[in-house]
Amino acid sequence: MALRLPSKVLEHILSFIDSNEDRNSVSLVCKSWFETERKTRKRVFVGNCYAVSPAAVARRFPEMRSLTLKGKPHFADYNLVPDGWGGYACPWVDALAAKSPSLEEIRLKRMVVTDECLEKIAASFKDFKVLVLTSCEGFSTDGIAAIASTCRNLRVLELRECIVEDLGGDWLSYFPKTSTSLVSLDFSCLDSEVKISDLERLVSRSPNLKSLKLNPAVTLDGLVSILSRAPQLTELGTGSFAAELKPEAFSKLSKAFSNCKQLQSLSGLWDVLPEYLPALYSVCPGLISLNLSYATVRMPDLVELLRRCSKLQKLWVMDLIEDKGLEAVATYCKELRELRVFPSEPDLDATNIPVTEQGLVYVSKGCRKLESVLYFCVQFTNAALITIARKRPNLKCFRLCVIEPFAPDYKTNEPLDKGFKAIAEGCKDLRRLSVSGLLSDKAFKYIGKHAKKVRMLSIAFAGDSDLMLHHLLSGCESLKKLEIRDCPFGDTALLENAAKLETMRSLWMSSCFVSFGACKLLSQKMPRLNVEVIDEHPPKTRPESSPVERIYIYRTVAGPRMDTPEFVWTLHKNPEIGVSRLAIK
Amino acid sequence: MDEFVNLKETELRLGLPGTDNVCEEKEVVSCCYNNISNKRALPSALENEIESSTRKTETSPPRKAQIVGWPPVRSYRKNNIQTKKSESDHEVQGSYVKVSMDGAPYLRKIDPSCYKGYSELLKALEVMFKFSVGEYFEREGYKGSDFVPTYEDKDGDWMLIGDVPWEMFVCTCKRLRIMKGSEARGLGCGV
Repeated sequence: MALRLPSKVLEHILSFIDSNEDRNSVSLVCKSWFETERKTRKRVFVGNCYAVSPAAVARRFPEMRSLTLKGKPHFADYNLVPDGWGGYACPWVDALAAKSPSLEEIRLKRMVVTDECLEKIAASFKDFKVLVLTSCEGFSTDGIAAIASTCRNLRVLELRECIVEDLGGDWLSYFPKTSTSLVSLDFSCLDSEVKISDLERLVSRSPNLKSLKLNPAVTLDGLVSILSRAPQLTELGTGSFAAELKPEAFSKLSKAFSNCKQLQSLSGLWDVLPEYLPALYSVCPGLISLNLSYATVRMPDLVELLRRCSKLQKLWVMDLIEDKGLEAVATYCKELRELRVFPSEPDLDATNIPVTEQGLVYVSKGCRKLESVLYFCVQFTNAALITIARKRPNLKCFRLCVIEPFAPDYKTNEPLDKGFKAIAEGCKDLRRLSVSGLLSDKAFKYIGKHAKKVRMLSIAFAGDSDLMLHHLLSGCESLKKLEIRDCPFGDTALLENAAKLETMRSLWMSSCFVSFGACKLLSQKMPRLNVEVIDEHPPKTRPESSPVERIYIYRTVAGPRMDTPEFVWTLHKNPEIGVSRLAIK
Repeated sequence: MDEFVNLKETELRLGLPGTDNVCEEKEVVSCCYNNISNKRALPSALENEIESSTRKTETSPPRKAQIVGWPPVRSYRKNNIQTKKSESDHEVQGSYVKVSMDGAPYLRKIDPSCYKGYSELLKALEVMFKFSVGEYFEREGYKGSDFVPTYEDKDGDWMLIGDVPWEMFVCTCKRLRIMKGSEARGLGCGV
């Protein structure tokens, strides 16, 4: 007779399990485990808002307190998804307002959020505490004001790189005079000036405030005043860092920073003048995270700052750091785990990019704990990739963007196959990989063979044929998200590996050679996939062989979505095949 | 392939001071990828306005075709950096002016009004760029150094630093350039 664990005991055990991956596994064991798990899950993550209906989520997780939702595909960040594609938050908020009124936290990424939606959140969830919007759009500062004024226990309000219709800085004054619960506020993406006195008062009455990210409109004077009222901050995003170079301003700033003894994370620093950087020296030794990616600071000044940051774990910087600066990072920042180097001129024409493969090699050699890399440069070599793989087998995320499409190893003129083979083979824990430069099908054969833990793969301007896609879909066991642009493949590999697509969250292909006929066939064969053909300029008649502009395929239990715009073709909207059968009858 | 990899003709400055900076104009060039060996035809990811370019006879390097969404940098980030670029295109941001030195791979910015006079300004420049300027003579300009400090005034003319009264300089100066070498010697340095 099978031993059954009493549900109370199981509940208690499950209370120690936070990871949703583990909870998902638990829920597959048997029905009673499924029931116990679902009744105790508080934090729900939905990676694709169209994969499941909000009603189903609310029904399954009655104790849900926190929901994280993602909308548009990742390539929407680079303008590859036309406006109006979808990803609306409203249907979710509407459904949850009715079914999950105890919801406290909502985190949205790449979704369209309206003011009405924000007002509904404010009105419906009595104990609402956390709102984090990342790369969202569709709302104005009025919606923010509604959240600020109505959510009495609001702890976290973060707008990360959102596109907001900015109607002015009044929204800040909507925080009630009695609200003291704020822990984190991020309005760095807003343009308008807020009243500094409002901000001062808000900060003064928020003793739990740990994270504050200001917008560029906040001046240095404003910053000094805020810092003096919130010396307990652990995360700070400054406003604009430029002002007339007055000696008193500098010493005030210095003093304000030196009083922030708990500061661990620093960002913002727009328009930073090198002359003001020494004001930050006092906080450098305690910094764990530093985002200089909007600061146009040059190498010598950067090095002066970075050599004091011995505890730094996360560094985001522009390529103005140069190879030399990265060599300094390798020397002084021995705790570094994550490095991102962004192009200061994100232009195809930029030939002055002052970092080369050598910079990344320095950091790979010097920083033993390095596990996450995002690196933009003009060209690369196989030798450098091989060195990086050998030195840093602990890499978990490796995103290399060689800006020059099809750029070979500039020393040998060969494709970068060998280099990426070394990465795939050597970095056994690699979970995320972006490749670039000249790559043949061989590279993907290696990746398919070795990159067993890669979950997300991004490819652009690569490969020779369909074989590449076949290698990836048949080889990469853990693949969940695959996004491809401008690669020469089409139907065969896609259709042959159709079953694989149900094990993945999504597949994006744009400017490849997938035919309309293949899309139709795939839609028919695989009812549990939503196949979307996204064509802004569809031909008047679509012969089966015509290539589609973009195809986005994702697994779903919610069925076809009803909010597609005109330019999205789905089988559901166009059951011609069904119609023609009827016609024959 | 090499023509794109080795495009070092794009310097910070092109041509003599005062001539148009030819690189400023945006031009969409016909697909360069056909010229690259062992390339495959690029599926149409290029924007619709591709025309064959008329190559300028001057020193402008061929602009590459603009590809949508490449390099993969978020619009939010691109916009924030670009506002910086368009500001600096005017060379003056508030009262700050750009300073460049021939041969140095970086620019600096200074506020001339922060200094009390030419000698302070020149000292600051010497420290910033680690060079030394010669001695200034009213008739013959700077002597005794390969470096000559010049500035561009509101009319677009390149002048020797020190020629006009300090107050007038502060008001009319748009941009500074520390010239070096043969060009410098040609610019009012006697001999």
